[in-house]
Amino acid sequence: MAGTTFAKGGIHPEEHKELTEHLAIEEMPPPSQVVLPLSMHFGAIAQPVVKKKQEVQEGEVIAVVEKALGASIHSSVTGVVKAIEPRPHPTMVRCDAIIIDRDLSAPPRQYSTEDWKKLSREQLLARIKDAGIVGMGGAGFPTHVKLSPPPNAKVDTLVLNGAECEPYLTTDHRLMLEYPEKVIEGARIILRVLGIKQCVIGIELNKADAINVMNKAAAQSSEKDDTVVRVQGMQVKYPQGSEKQLIYSLTKRSVPGGGLPFDVGVIVQNISTTMAIFEAVAMQKPLYEKVATFSGRALNRQANLKVKVGTLLSDVVEYLGGTKDLVKIVSGGPMMGFAISSIDIPVTKTTSGVLFLNSSETDLGEFGPCIHCGWCMEACPMGLSPKEVGLYVEAGRGHLTEKFGIFDCFECGCCAYVCPAKRPLVQFARLAKIAIKKRG
Amino acid sequence: MIPKPDWAVSVSPHIRKGTTTSQIMWTVSASLMPVLILSIYNFGFRSLIITLISVLSCMFVEAISQKALGRAVSVKDGSAVLTGILLAFVIPPGVPYYLPLIGAVAAIFISKELMGGLGYNVWNPALVGRAFLQASFPVAITTAWIAPQQLAKGAWDVFLSPGSVDAISTATPLSVVKQYGITALTQQFGGLDSIYWNFFLGFKPGCIGETSALLILLGGLYLMARKIITWHIPVSTLASAALVAWIFGGQTWFSGNPLLHVLSGGLMLGAFYMATDYVTSPTLKSAQLIFGVGVGALTVLIRLKGGYPEGVCYAILLMNCLTPAMDEWFQPSRFAPPKAAPVAAGK
Ligand code: SF4
Ligand code: SF4
Repeated sequence: MAGTTFAKGGIHPEEHKELTEHLAIEEMPPPSQVVLPLSMHFGAIAQPVVKKKQEVQEGEVIAVVEKALGASIHSSVTGVVKAIEPRPHPTMVRCDAIIIDRDLSAPPRQYSTEDWKKLSREQLLARIKDAGIVGMGGAGFPTHVKLSPPPNAKVDTLVLNGAECEPYLTTDHRLMLEYPEKVIEGARIILRVLGIKQCVIGIELNKADAINVMNKAAAQSSEKDDTVVRVQGMQVKYPQGSEKQLIYSLTKRSVPGGGLPFDVGVIVQNISTTMAIFEAVAMQKPLYEKVATFSGRALNRQANLKVKVGTLLSDVVEYLGGTKDLVKIVSGGPMMGFAISSIDIPVTKTTSGVLFLNSSETDLGEFGPCIHCGWCMEACPMGLSPKEVGLYVEAGRGHLTEKFGIFDCFECGCCAYVCPAKRPLVQFARLAKIAIKKRG
Repeated sequence: MIPKPDWAVSVSPHIRKGTTTSQIMWTVSASLMPVLILSIYNFGFRSLIITLISVLSCMFVEAISQKALGRAVSVKDGSAVLTGILLAFVIPPGVPYYLPLIGAVAAIFISKELMGGLGYNVWNPALVGRAFLQASFPVAITTAWIAPQQLAKGAWDVFLSPGSVDAISTATPLSVVKQYGITALTQQFGGLDSIYWNFFLGFKPGCIGETSALLILLGGLYLMARKIITWHIPVSTLASAALVAWIFGGQTWFSGNPLLHVLSGGLMLGAFYMATDYVTSPTLKSAQLIFGVGVGALTVLIRLKGGYPEGVCYAILLMNCLTPAMDEWFQPSRFAPPKAAPVAAGK
């Protein structure tokens, strides 16, 4: 199968997926304490509904967002609330968190699956909302909101993002291999919620086994009704899984700058989220466990782990046997993830992976002057001029870069990846956006 | 306060492609070594000595000027080495040994460091060096030719002579054509077929690194295979030079000799190694095609109508002037830009 791909630019970084792609998902024993930040989603910070010393059950709601954009938070263990206090947070530096001491004798909660097809659209949405589902691919946008597009949006296609184009990460790959039916059923739930018939699942061709398994599962499920769930192989090329590139690759529709997928009739969901939707609806299991890739050569053992949300990275590192020659810790993929400064931060709903990179894997060298090779422009999937933006920012003229389409830049990092002078072009792009906004 | 971690927290992306600026410079330099070796065979060890002097001078001038201008010394990045090689390659082998040093001052100090250092220069440094020498030492630069295959002939005096060696000099094919016409050329260098063949292989008088079309072509193809340069500038340069030579190069229109022009002088070296310089040529492929067409056409027009037998150097320097403007005009085509025209950036 010749894979589809996006219109321009893109890069082929080393994949490093061999570290974890063949490792089955492993359940990490729950830690003795979890730290659940009150912000794990896009929107308002959640308000606690439990008090210090209160006993909580695994899966019980412990914080909610009333009336604003947000998502509920559930306890990931059975135990006692030890404190509600500020703790280190992956992106906010510090944020209030509910700290729960686990009851070491409590058995894990069991869930059973029921037939979801008898539920109405509203009931399905309510279950998704009650389970605190958020988009697990990125910013954590509340899923029940995303699945309620404005009535004038003519959505006809659901796109499932199985590209997993970031190097190292193998979470979605493993989920598709091990739980294909859950993913497909999740997709069918979303189709029902949206009232549409068509779903295409994009998977990069480097995951041939997943394509196979998903194809089979999709074929079986399509027999059941008139919905069409289809798997499409895509070329191995970064950023195949970024929203606009993915939509173009699978549907040849272009989301215009400043627009949203439903402007071209599409809604995108990621694999982890889709599976969480299935569990929320058919099993009524809230989102408090997360499968994530823990990789990088500084870790003594790499793994695809299912962990309780709120597990501290320090506990994960200990479980995996510690680190050596650790140079950088990255939450997310190496292209768009962010470096983190403390291992006392917890795994959240949006953690897709954490990389522990050693000195051979990441490059901390100084950058040099732009030599105008133009490689950054060739690599940019949006057709921008990262080199010019960089030169403008260096010259103190970041506020004049709007003509280069800087607001189309989604910080994929292709430009900086190829730059032979190792220029921090993503940082320059961010500074340029800030400079423009400052000038109003 | 959060304690500073033991590890780095720099910005994304956290992995980088291996290729670095200095790798590019060293690769380009390495791809020129066959040309240098042929040159030693042709013109004796003088070629090597001139090249070494030129390279060392460029490194020295770069280090001194960076120190003087308060910049970080970046001689290691290989760009001064490459400039040194290219500067030596565009001067005749018979020039006095001090000439490359003077050229290096023009190339590195005036044309590169004074303009802001690597990446900020408008003109190709090696060619500025060559143009400077041509203006200051017109006799040496246009007469210090050596007949080829000196090493094979055991002509050690070429190596030993400290000054300009015009005693044994010969004339370049282009200047013969310019002064005496094509018949004189065939009289001096043999029939047209053997001229093409010898010029292609590189057995002709000329600048140190300009003689062998074949070796330059191979070097250029190697750089293309390594994805350091693309075909756009070399092909458009050579094609437009051939076309203009064919149209205007003969006694009547459309009767010129394109092959002779392409194989003579510095056109091959210029097309593959000078006009493709990242810093001084346009970045976008469409602009590169226009740039190459300009270089090729201007080269042949200078050769045919100008006062010099050779025109590559000035053609490229002239087109270099347009590069900043072309980089401003030519922007990549964007993927799905916003529907409403973006608000013009506040001026
Ligand atoms: S980070 Fe921005 S400018 Fe750089 S390649 Fe990606 S979209 Fe283009
Ligand atoms: S890739 Fe780097 S050196 Fe090349 S043009 Fe872009 S910014 Fe300049």
